[in-house]
Formats: sequence, C-alpha cells, structure tokens
Amino acid sequence: MALIEQSLNRRYSLYVHEELDELSESFTITDPSISGHPIVFASLGFLKMSGYSKEEVIGKNGRVFQGPRTNRRSVMEIREAIREERPIQISLLNYRKDGTPFWMLFHMSPVFSKDDGSVIHFVGVQVPISPKPRRSRSGVGRNGVNLCEDGSRMRGDIVFGSCRREVCSDSLVELGPVLDLESVLDSDSRGLDIEETCEASDLEKQRAANAIENISSLLTRYSEITGRLVCERRCSLPGAGVLSSSLIISLGRIKQSFVLTDPHLPDMPIVYASDAFLRLTGYARREVLGHNCRFLSGEDTDPSTLSKMKESIRVEQACTVRILNYRKDKSSFWNYLHISPVRNASGKIAYFVGVQIEEGCKDQVRHGLSPEMRQLGAVGAVRVAVRSLSIGAGPSMS
Amino acid sequence: MLRIKRVPTVVSNYQKDESEEAARREGGCGRNCLNKCCIQGAKLPLYAFKPLNKIVGDKALPGHESSQPPVAFLDSLLLGEWEDRMQKGLFRYDVTACETKVIPGGYGFIAQLNEGRHLKKRPTEFRVDKVLQPFDGSKFNFTKVGQEEVLFQFEPSEDGEVQFIPNAPIDVENSPSVVAINVSPIEYGHVLLIPRILECLPQRIDRDSFLLALYMAAEAESPYFRLGYNSLGAFATINHLHFQAYYLAVPFPIEKAPTKKITTLDGGVKISKLLNYPVRGLIFEGGNSIEDLSNTVSDACICLQDNNIPYNVLIADCGRRIFLFPQCYAEKQALGEVNAELLDTQVNPAVWEISGHMVLKRKKDYEEASEENAWRLLAEVSLSEERFQEVSALIFEAIASVDNGNGNATQSSLEEPDAKPKSHEEVDAIHPAMVAGTKECLVLH
Repeated sequence: MALIEQSLNRRYSLYVHEELDELSESFTITDPSISGHPIVFASLGFLKMSGYSKEEVIGKNGRVFQGPRTNRRSVMEIREAIREERPIQISLLNYRKDGTPFWMLFHMSPVFSKDDGSVIHFVGVQVPISPKPRRSRSGVGRNGVNLCEDGSRMRGDIVFGSCRREVCSDSLVELGPVLDLESVLDSDSRGLDIEETCEASDLEKQRAANAIENISSLLTRYSEITGRLVCERRCSLPGAGVLSSSLIISLGRIKQSFVLTDPHLPDMPIVYASDAFLRLTGYARREVLGHNCRFLSGEDTDPSTLSKMKESIRVEQACTVRILNYRKDKSSFWNYLHISPVRNASGKIAYFVGVQIEEGCKDQVRHGLSPEMRQLGAVGAVRVAVRSLSIGAGPSMS
Repeated sequence: MLRIKRVPTVVSNYQKDESEEAARREGGCGRNCLNKCCIQGAKLPLYAFKPLNKIVGDKALPGHESSQPPVAFLDSLLLGEWEDRMQKGLFRYDVTACETKVIPGGYGFIAQLNEGRHLKKRPTEFRVDKVLQPFDGSKFNFTKVGQEEVLFQFEPSEDGEVQFIPNAPIDVENSPSVVAINVSPIEYGHVLLIPRILECLPQRIDRDSFLLALYMAAEAESPYFRLGYNSLGAFATINHLHFQAYYLAVPFPIEKAPTKKITTLDGGVKISKLLNYPVRGLIFEGGNSIEDLSNTVSDACICLQDNNIPYNVLIADCGRRIFLFPQCYAEKQALGEVNAELLDTQVNPAVWEISGHMVLKRKKDYEEASEENAWRLLAEVSLSEERFQEVSALIFEAIASVDNGNGNATQSSLEEPDAKPKSHEEVDAIHPAMVAGTKECLVLH
C-alpha cells in the first residue's frame, strides 16, 4: 500500500493531488510497475460515476469494473494496448458498484519517463456515451425516444471552437445533463438486452482526447518540479536494462522471491526484483536494480558455492545451491537458490532468473505445494512472460 | 474410405515405437504406466477445483476480497510440475529455444520455427472420413504413458472448496481425470487433459468432459492459457479423449477477429459468427452459468460429430469465449484437392493453426512466413460459405431442440456422469434430410 501512495509522489510534486482533484473529468491513473497494475489515483468524477469510494478503488486493477456483458474482445484490445505501451480509445461497458452497467468511451494513454523511455503511468479517461436513436429499438421505449431527441439536439448544438479550452468548457457544461439522462435510461433499461457495441460520437471522442491531453500536460508540468520528467510520447528508446511495462506487469503477478539479471550487461546486474525478494532481503527496489547479486553474500558465504553458481551461468545450465546470504540489516539466512537461463522469443538467453527460498521458512509449506515446486513454478512463469513479451519485437533482440 | 498420410505427433515418450520392448524392471510392465499392471498403489498430486456456477476470473471485486486458494493452479502447480519434467529431460526438445515471431500485418499471425517436433517418425495413414471411431486398445493411448509424464489429477472438489493433495492415491474405480505433458510441446506448459483416463473414451465430446475442460480454463485464471480440441478428421492423431492446452501470453488472431452476433439463447448464451477471418466459425459466449455455456457448445460439438463433420474447438479467455470450427481440410487433402505447395509445408491445420498460431517445420517457411501464406493455408481449412450456412443451421436446430424439448438437458453436471449425448438415431430422426449425404463427402456440398 505504501508503494501505491508513493506512486505519484515519486514523480510529481505533492500538489499534483490537489490539481488532479480539481479536474472534473472521470479518470484513473494506474502504475504498471506495482504488482497487479493497480489504480493509484481516481478522480472525483470517476468515483461519482462508478459509485465506489476512493478506498474501494485505490489498489484495484481496472478490470474489476467489467462485468458479464462487457465485450471480451474490447477487454483484449485494452490488454494489447497496455502490452504495446500505446494509447487506445474504445467503447466499453462498465459496471457501477450497484451492479448497473453503463457505456463509456475509454481512452487510455501511457506516460513515459523522459529519462529512460519506460512507462511510468497509464492515464485512463472514461467519458459516458449518450444513448443513440437507433439503439432505442431494443425496448427503451417512450423515454428512450425522448432521450434520443435530446441527445441529437445536444450534439447538433455544439460547435467546435478553435480553442481547446472552449471545447472543454462546453463539454463540462454538457456533462451534467448527460449523466442525468444516463440514470433515467438505466432505471428503464435494467434487465434489457444491452447492445453489442455502442459507438461514441465525435464529440465524445474529442472530449476524451482533450481530457487525456489535460491530464498528461498537468503531469508533465508537475514532474518538472521534481526533475523526474515524464512526457506523453516516448522521447527516448528504452535504455539498457529497462524492461517493458508489460513484462513488469507480468512478472509482478509472480508471488515468489526472484530476481532477473541481464548477462549481456557489464557485471550482470539485476534488472528486475520481485516484491517478495525485497521483503526477504530488506532492500528497496532502487537499491538492488542495476547491481550485481553479490551484495547478498558475506564473510561466511562459501566461495565454492559461488564458483559453482558462476560455472553453471557460464555453461548456461540451471543449478540449485544452498547458500548463506545476508539481508540489508546484516542478518544472515540460508538461501535455497535456483538459477536458470531464460530465453526470449528468438530462442536466445535474455536473462538469468534466480529464485530464492529461505530455508526453514514455515509459511511456505502451508500452501500444500512443496517450496521446490513453487520455485520451479516461478521459473516457468518467468519463462512464459519473457518469451511471450519479446515476441512482438521481431527478430533477435540481444 | 478416405485416408491421408502424415507424420503423427509424438505426445508421449512411450509412443515412440510401439514394437520397442521396454526394459523390464520389478513389477508391472516396467514402464510404470497407468494400466492395471502398474497402477496399484500409484500416487499422483490431486487438484480438486471448486465447481462454481459462474465463470471465475474477476473475483477481486472491490470490497469482496476472495480468500487465497491453497495452490496457484497455473503459476505454481501446472508450471512447477512442467518445469520439473523439463529439468528431468522428459521433453524431446527445449521449446523455449525455438524461435517465434509475430508475422507482420494486421492480423498478427504467430509463427514458430520448430525443427525438432517432427523428426524421426515415419508418415502413418489416418482415416479422415469418420469423426467417430471406436476406441482401439491395441493402438497407443494415454493409459500407456509413464506415470512420470502425468502431472496431477484434476477433479471437482467434493466439499466445494479448492483442495490440493500432494500424494493422492489413484482411485481406479472412479477413473480420475489427469493432466499430462505433451513431450512435443508447441509452447511452454503444453499439456493434455485426459478426462476419466481409465474409461478409455474415444475422441468424442460429451457434456461432462467438455465442462471439465471449461473448468480447467477457468481455474487457470489467465486469458493466455487456452485449451483446444481436435476431432478425428480434423487432425487429432490419438483416438483417446483428450484436450490440449498451453500458455502463450500473446493474443491469437482469432481472438482479435470481429464478430457478428447471430442470436442469444434462453440460457443467456450468445452465439456469433466470425467475420473477416479465413476460417468460418462460431463463437459462444456468456450464459447464466458456466454449465449453460458448456452444454450449448457440447451439444453443438455432438451434433457435428454425429453428423460426421470434423471440427476444432478453442476455449479462450478463461473459458469465457469458445470458438467452434467445422473443417474439411483433411478431406480435401485425401481427395487430392489441396495444392502441393501447401502440403509441402507439412503444416496440419488443427486448432492452434486455425487460431493463428503456426508451427513451421522448415526454416524456409519460417523466414518467408507472411500473412498471405497463413491466410491461404487457413482458407483451405474453411467450409465454403454455403456449406457453413448449412452446418450452422444443423447446429442451431440441434441446440434449439435440446433447449426447448428437454428441460433436463441443462441440468447435467459432473455429478451425473450418465448424461448421454444424443444418439445418432435421435439426431437422424430430427433432420433426416440434412443428414443424408453428409456422411459421404463434405466437400462436394
């Protein structure tokens, strides 16, 4: 939970919260670097629209707002956009806390680190889609017809200004009535067949794009103050040792203690460390990323064990050792360590994974599966993530 | 009788050469297999799933935290056991060393170069004009695999909670369903789900087995862990009931294809057809319960197999979306209607290929892989529009007759193993005119 609270503060100056709260749009900000890709900020507009309290939403993954009638193909398209670290605009059926569904235009866009090109956050804007005349045939009835007349009149009235600010204020004025119409429609259409798709109007699309623009420029502005700059478009190619956000999201699902090291970088540094690893060793993520694993060893670590590990890395074979390691606070523990090469989509070794089990750790046995099997499961899950998420990158990356 | 020659896939190390005499050790046949000779006293891990009535996956609703299951089914159990077998050297090759890529283009077909999968074996003749064939115990079947190739037993839980027993005796009387490795994997985690393995069921869908497969997809909780089924005549090579499954965190082209809704059934199951995809197929989604969805798809499959129409099934998105493809490639091949260039690639268009995941055997084909080539191959698999309409009508009629005619039909469950699929005669009685002729030659329609 501390990670979630820190997510915005690490990048932006403290006042960013207040500024974001002032925006009337419905939007969320998620952090792909935290396990579960949770929501780290939800706007007041979002809470109002979804009916949830802030506490119920922060820390959750956006998929919890989907329901039985949410189009699965659309869900997949969003997953793909996250994976490819690109913006997406798509109509989606979401569910409020009280279980009622509503159509909205979802516009999601990544925010990159100016420094190393990695994705820092995803901003997701939700614009409610007003009902369309042709959709009323499925039985919305008398009210539906009225609503649609309203809807079309409204759309006709709006004139795009050349100044973005104008369009925005128009949208804000309009937001109220649309929400009202929505609630009328919902009480009426509950239990009726929700249409397969619901196309957003150009205005709604524009409104979503404007909201993204606003939020992104606000975030950019507030990152300038901290010096840890973000930008809307990737300004630099991901640097050496920077994993894609989609790989980080996948690795974040794996609960075991493990690290990935990159054998193609000098001194084979850690490029990923799981939450469980940080808990086990007592270090913070930034203290281990970019460093060789040798900081885990200490004066009583057996040198022959270390050379056995080195040898298996040299010959690119898996090995399991029992090694004395040290935490940040200098306390030692016996680490039942499994190391294995991990290949990318071109079949070449991209990383080595090291999965740790603290010997004598009782709580690992209560799960019924032996610690050894869970260790191997983590290796398998890492293999699938690395292989699958390098597949789009074309031929040989390393 | 229509036959094709093809190199059968070696799914078990005990399939390599059936005349080969295994070294005899103490007790049993020496292979430590699953037959009567070796099964006494054998133990395997047992994973008992919670037979929920709803499709799981989005459990973590705000304010409704679910308790952690004792074992993460996919990430710890399945992958852990699989990795264990990999380190024991049971697979014929390291599939993660096989190069794979997304073919440039709008569809995102996935190609893999796999030169190891089809070595050694001689081509064998397969009869492709009979979708239902009786089980033949003299041929290779999964009771002959070594116990080390079996990962665990997969059963519905008796007390409604997920259970895991690391060393559970095999209850021969109850014929457990098991998950075993495929020693020629096409991706990491490639396994076979063999329902009620000791009953020696032929490759033929029934409601209970299909529901079991759906539960496995739901239990995995990952949209990237998919199950597939090939009927005889649609590139299944082993006539012993089995589903395949593997883990690849890439969307399949089929999952991205646009769809058009045809109808929603009383049970809430929505049926659509694929648009803008080289293979014509139906998609089943939704349903008031997982059983509604399962029964509808099973009945569609049963209708196809009873009418001797070969087909493939893909279970995607944790069991939420099921794709059904009637196909006619093998028949065309047997009749000499597939062009030599396509046959040369030796790609057998089974469920994974149809879904857009192409495993190529020759480096040349891999390097030259293009959307156009993939499309051309898959277009050969598809029924013609006219024939597809006909087959769809057959399916809808079968589903509707079950839906309306028999209220009990939707109540079949894992606890009622006696629920019989509709017999051939019954189906004939419903639409004799359409069935006559289909047993002869599908292509000529």
